[in-house]
Amino acid sequence: MIYREAGQFKTTYASDQAIFPIAQDRWFVWIGLAVAFVVPPLVANEYWLQAVLIPFLIYALAALGLNLLTGYAGQLSLGTGGFMAVGAYAAFKLATAFPWLNVIVAFLAAGVIAALVGVLFGIPSLRIKGFYLAVATLAAQFFLIWLFNKVGWFVNYAPSGTATAPPRTMAGVMVTGPQATAPVRYVLALALVVGLAFIAKNLVRGRVGRCWMAIRDRDIAAEIIGIKPLPTKLLAFAISSFYCGVAGAELLFLYLGSVETLAFDINLSFLVLFMVIIGGLGSVLGSFLGAGFIVLVPIFLTNAPRWIGLGLPTDTQKQIELMVFGGLIVFFLIVEPRGLARLWSVTKEKLRLWPFPH
Amino acid sequence: MTRRTLFMALLAGILAAGPLLAVVSAQDKTLYIPLLVYRTGPYAPSGTPLANGLRDYLTLLNERDGGINGVKITTEECETQYDTKQGVECYERLKGKGPLVVNPYSTGITYQLIAKAAVDKIPVHSMGYGMTAAADGRWFPWVFNFPTTYWSQASAFVKYVGQQEGGLDKLKGKKIVHVFHNSPYGKEANPTLEELARKHGFELTLLPVDHPGQEQKATWLQVRRLNPNWIYVSGWGVMNQVAVKEAASINFPMDHVVGNWWTGSEADVIPAGEGAKGYKSTALTAPGQNFKVIQDILKHVYDKGKGAGDKTTVGEVLYNRGVVNMMFDTEAIRLAMTNFKTQSPTGEQVRWGFEHLNVSEKRLEELGMKGFTRSVKMSCEDHEGNGPVMVQQWDGKKWGIVSDWIEPMRDVVRPKLETAAVEEGKKLGYSQRDCSKEK
Repeated sequence: MIYREAGQFKTTYASDQAIFPIAQDRWFVWIGLAVAFVVPPLVANEYWLQAVLIPFLIYALAALGLNLLTGYAGQLSLGTGGFMAVGAYAAFKLATAFPWLNVIVAFLAAGVIAALVGVLFGIPSLRIKGFYLAVATLAAQFFLIWLFNKVGWFVNYAPSGTATAPPRTMAGVMVTGPQATAPVRYVLALALVVGLAFIAKNLVRGRVGRCWMAIRDRDIAAEIIGIKPLPTKLLAFAISSFYCGVAGAELLFLYLGSVETLAFDINLSFLVLFMVIIGGLGSVLGSFLGAGFIVLVPIFLTNAPRWIGLGLPTDTQKQIELMVFGGLIVFFLIVEPRGLARLWSVTKEKLRLWPFPH
Repeated sequence: MTRRTLFMALLAGILAAGPLLAVVSAQDKTLYIPLLVYRTGPYAPSGTPLANGLRDYLTLLNERDGGINGVKITTEECETQYDTKQGVECYERLKGKGPLVVNPYSTGITYQLIAKAAVDKIPVHSMGYGMTAAADGRWFPWVFNFPTTYWSQASAFVKYVGQQEGGLDKLKGKKIVHVFHNSPYGKEANPTLEELARKHGFELTLLPVDHPGQEQKATWLQVRRLNPNWIYVSGWGVMNQVAVKEAASINFPMDHVVGNWWTGSEADVIPAGEGAKGYKSTALTAPGQNFKVIQDILKHVYDKGKGAGDKTTVGEVLYNRGVVNMMFDTEAIRLAMTNFKTQSPTGEQVRWGFEHLNVSEKRLEELGMKGFTRSVKMSCEDHEGNGPVMVQQWDGKKWGIVSDWIEPMRDVVRPKLETAAVEEGKKLGYSQRDCSKEK
């Protein structure tokens, strides 16, 4: 009923191959985008933007990057935090070495550098698979963090060892640094995420994505039908690391403003991996849903007791929060192991038939 | 309608409702001092006594004096788990309620708030932690790190070693090892120690320990091979107790191991048992319950059942530090209220209060803190107060002070600090203010 497709005829190949072939989906996305660009900067207060929406966008981008690698190409990676750190420190070095450089250019260049590092650590993926590959990427995580902590050059020899995002303007508006307002940073983060998500969505529908999925589903079969495993896997590592690198740069420039290496430790890699698993492996939408779940639910749980007037001691409340959050993760994995994205597609099917289910 | 749909609805509800709940309720006619604390996570053993001390002193003021100048204090804890991202979430949530001062209690969170302080007009007091360079008030008007900084502390440590060895000239050829948490916090003392090593001719070895610091075997093997004369430890959380245990297990003379002030609390030495006996650390406050202010807390707070923690933990090292921290903050607020003749000071006025704070020995006595900590005087340029430190020692049962107040080497520290302030200030796009024009 709501999703009635009756009357939507596809008369050209182009309309049949559209990203969102169903008109309702298309409208929903356009309206959603318009709302996302217009409403929060006008309505939301700084808490919403700074503590909720900006981290959500950044984590979504990182989850998207990991989803390309793990969900589509089937290469398990625990190096996300390390690749994000590469992006952050590369963007920091570029922005401080070339002050005239546009920050978006710096972000994308940092993404390219992260991609190169990703390729380097992706080389073992030809030989090792599954959990063993996870261990190899774990090495990347530890090595990269150690490197940034050890070598003072990466933070311009700051005595404190923290990288601080320099103030930069775009078209006369402060976009980074302490003076940049939250709405501006939000819009910039959103624009980057939307652009990159659009590219990712197209990538996974095309030849590259199909090659990745072929490798994921049966690498020997894929090789027999003419897909070269090494370039395909390395491309997956490169593009995934590019996304993670841009997310890392955003984490430094648009969210935290200054970081120490602890911000990119192994916990971050796990967090992003959880987002991908909970959101749905092999789904662009799942990356966003997973990031939303991991970012928003703890904030809800922190605020809920006070909202209903329950004045619990701080430590008890935090422990309850952790327990409930853990419980929710287990619960969702049991009711829908394929993630929140799958839950959404099931719901969509139901809506298409409603109110006349078979 | 299946279960699935229900789950979807539930999930959507949770996701949408989360941040909505952070709605701010208007406060009237109270002084709002939020506390960023960590009572859970890997740093909880250090964070819990601190948080109790902070809260209990505010409760004491409310119970005994009816607040500050007759205006009640409201407070609220926010759990950060020592994690920067959670700290930022806390800060953004509490910010709307008009906090008069924030105490981040984490180096990572402090760096976040330093950048925000000037924009949000909320003073940051990072008492003995955070960014050392922020002690230059000309570049960082909103940040205060008195009574003293890591650099001053490191110089006081070297001075103490000199005293023990019979003069600073005796340091030549001595070996000192710095075992530090491999993070911006742990590295803070390194430039000062390096400078002093050059100046006094001792041999300095820097040994980093990676977060969280549970594994230190390799580090202490190196210590054993180097066989240094003195060891200085900059640790936090679980790293501290492991370091003390390891030092004891290689039979290093414990009275030659000195922790910084975050590496010397009860939780750090008790796990090492007898081995920790003799271990030293620097201190900003005297430990124990034999002070009028602590007795007042026991009487007015704990006897009324309003204590934040266990009564037996009152008087622990970190507990007392929390008390002193809140004393400084409330004194600054009091000064602002008196000077501007207001019941509800603004962040700017409290900043003025901090900058003109002068807690004399006489005032300390009035506050019941004679011998508890040292007097402090702020100025426009100096947000550190150049405070001296003491050395305390663990006798197997309790901490006791074993030195006089040791003045830091200001001539060494201050010029370096001012250079660093220019660098850090420029990074944030600040400019230097002219203190001669301020009144």
